[in-house]
Amino acid sequence: MNNRIEEHAVLDTASDKETVEITVDGITIPAEKGEPILAALLANGIRINRYTAKKHEPRGLFCGIGQCTDCAMVVNGRPNVRTCITPVEAGMVIKTQEGIEGV
Amino acid sequence: MEKKEVVVVGAGPAGLAAAIEAAKAGAKVLVVDLNMKPGGQLFKQIHKFFGSSAHHAGTRGIDIGSELLEEAEKNGVEIWLNSTVIGLFPGNKVAIENGATGTEKKLVTVKAEEIIVATGASENVVRFKGWTTPGVMGAGAAQTMINVHHVKPGRRAVMLGSGNVGLIVSYQMMQAGIDVAALVEAAPKIGGYAVHAAKIRRAGVPIYTGHTIVEVCPGADGTVGKVVIAEVGSDFKPVPGTEQTIEADLVTIATGLKPVTELLRLMKCRLEFDGLFGGYVPLHNKRMETSVKNIFAAGDATGVEEASTALEEGRLAGISAAEALGYIVRSDAESEREIIWKRLDALRMGPFGERRMIEKNKILDEFNGKVGTPVPEFQEV
Repeated sequence: MNNRIEEHAVLDTASDKETVEITVDGITIPAEKGEPILAALLANGIRINRYTAKKHEPRGLFCGIGQCTDCAMVVNGRPNVRTCITPVEAGMVIKTQEGIEGV
Repeated sequence: MEKKEVVVVGAGPAGLAAAIEAAKAGAKVLVVDLNMKPGGQLFKQIHKFFGSSAHHAGTRGIDIGSELLEEAEKNGVEIWLNSTVIGLFPGNKVAIENGATGTEKKLVTVKAEEIIVATGASENVVRFKGWTTPGVMGAGAAQTMINVHHVKPGRRAVMLGSGNVGLIVSYQMMQAGIDVAALVEAAPKIGGYAVHAAKIRRAGVPIYTGHTIVEVCPGADGTVGKVVIAEVGSDFKPVPGTEQTIEADLVTIATGLKPVTELLRLMKCRLEFDGLFGGYVPLHNKRMETSVKNIFAAGDATGVEEASTALEEGRLAGISAAEALGYIVRSDAESEREIIWKRLDALRMGPFGERRMIEKNKILDEFNGKVGTPVPEFQEV
């Protein structure tokens, strides 16, 4: 699934960013270096970032600007990383977060 | 401990404008912002602004953002990105979670002589059944993904709220190739400008005034699958039996914004509730100084308005901080502020703006009445 915007009347969507690979729950996906991790996930049709601790309910993008923490995931072993404001680096290992990890 | 003359929290229009004015006057300025890029929400505003040419009418938000950045750079403003201010402490100490890259962060404390809080606003939420389902998000969140990062957060959307944000973001979703299935508004009339509503109507999007979202049902993958809407009665509660189901995978909520004031609260700045401005706002004077000495506030953090007012308030705060540091003599600062307040008065006119002018004057009056004037006696924190 590709959810990238290819054509737009106002925006210049031609990307000069380098395409790299990241893994999400063991699956390798393409991403653009420097874009927020969350954007790379959305581009690949992934919309669940974490599950809540008590009721195991899914959560995903809500504010998109680093305020709400609903998009927190485990990135390179570090839990509670806000993926909407964390840039992609080549080879990042990302995991759907279960509850509050790392406590 | 690192020392700075001025620390500005937030690199949106208010913060950047403040930083530019203070730096122009000669102050050493550090701007701290938690995002990957400076410019706040300007970079997702790809529509042209309204108003007079002095206020960037006809210019797109993204271009205003680029101009501000260039000017900040030219004047030697230092900007720390990926950096969150996690606390303000007595003695004007600013605790910053500083991250050169996203995941490796370190804690830095900076001592500032003057602090300008330009933290902006956050989106309001409506709590219908299923509101936490992935695919339900703030309209601003969808706008950020589309206009800044060029990805679609879904394919078929229901927009809740018909103020200008709801109308503009609906149109921008269509520009990005997202199908807008419906626009839902609880009030009997559309809230935003007719010119924006007309664009949505022309595209054939049904607008359901007097309706609300009752429930969002997840699809097989656990994200939004269906949206149930219903008519509302005069009590704004759903009327049983009027439900309709819309197939959609995206729900965007545009029901207003509230000022982000946690840092001001930490510093014990005096806040008052103001419904029109979106929540608790700091009392301040015409220098944008709060009830606590050396702490200034500007932009949406002082009451939700627009990018144009945020720019002007930022300029006021920057000039005042530079004045407090001795870079500008009082008489010059006063005359510069007078010019800016005239421009602000011009922005706060018309049917929407006038109410904001009355409310702003109330806050200034309350500052004078409760904090003191002309040079207030500040309480040590």
